[in-house]
Amino acid sequence: MSLSLRGRDNATRARSQGTPAANDWRPPPNRSKPMILLTDRPIDVSAAVDAVRSPSAGAVLVFLGTVREATGGRRTESLDYEAYPEMAEAKLDELEREARGQWPLTGCALVHRLGHLEIGEISVAVVVGSPHREAAFAAGKWLIDRIKQIVPIWKKENWADGTSAWVHPGLGPSGIPPEESP
Amino acid sequence: MNARVRLFAVARQIAGRDRIEIDLSEGATVADLRRALAERVPELAGILGQVTFAVGTTYADDTTPLSPNADVACIPPVSGG
Repeated sequence: MSLSLRGRDNATRARSQGTPAANDWRPPPNRSKPMILLTDRPIDVSAAVDAVRSPSAGAVLVFLGTVREATGGRRTESLDYEAYPEMAEAKLDELEREARGQWPLTGCALVHRLGHLEIGEISVAVVVGSPHREAAFAAGKWLIDRIKQIVPIWKKENWADGTSAWVHPGLGPSGIPPEESP
Repeated sequence: MNARVRLFAVARQIAGRDRIEIDLSEGATVADLRRALAERVPELAGILGQVTFAVGTTYADDTTPLSPNADVACIPPVSGG
């Protein structure tokens, strides 16, 4: 009993000696290494979250893009994703740095799946950590919007009717015959 | 001089290959490459007005000069996410 009381007193004394005013305490810079990844394997969301969680984060936001079954009134059976991998990684790095310049992020994971994906599978994970939630929400939205605008990754819709077509926003009908599914 | 061009997604599908070497005159720019590519693979002409090019891993515009043996990528509008 007396031992544990003395222990607590010592701890209190040690804290107050190290930091004169308790309300001025700031955590040490504790930014985790960003996780930037393109993968042919299913995205490990817990690994991405673990890479972002840190003592300085008060909020960790997770956005997942998943394969939707209906697009524009047509039924999708699956998607195939292709990337220019060296450039996609460079662009993801660049977006992570830009986001870090705009918001006080404590961690960031940007993971994109490539190859063949079935309905419901996770195609992209954006995970950001920050001291408070506002920055995490804002950075997460900005990151997924920018990923869709500038990262050289493409998806091919494999429709339920057996046809398939690359998706290129803004690229009008170019007389390309639909590719038959194997 | 030569430019090595990587093709992706619909551009790769139309051309039926993922790489193509294009011979260009010295001092050629991305605009010259765009024209030369359309002549070499006429099937691509329909989309070449709407694709972007990257030199190495950096987006370029039509005025970007190409160095000999430049690694260029033909980037149709992206659709990741």
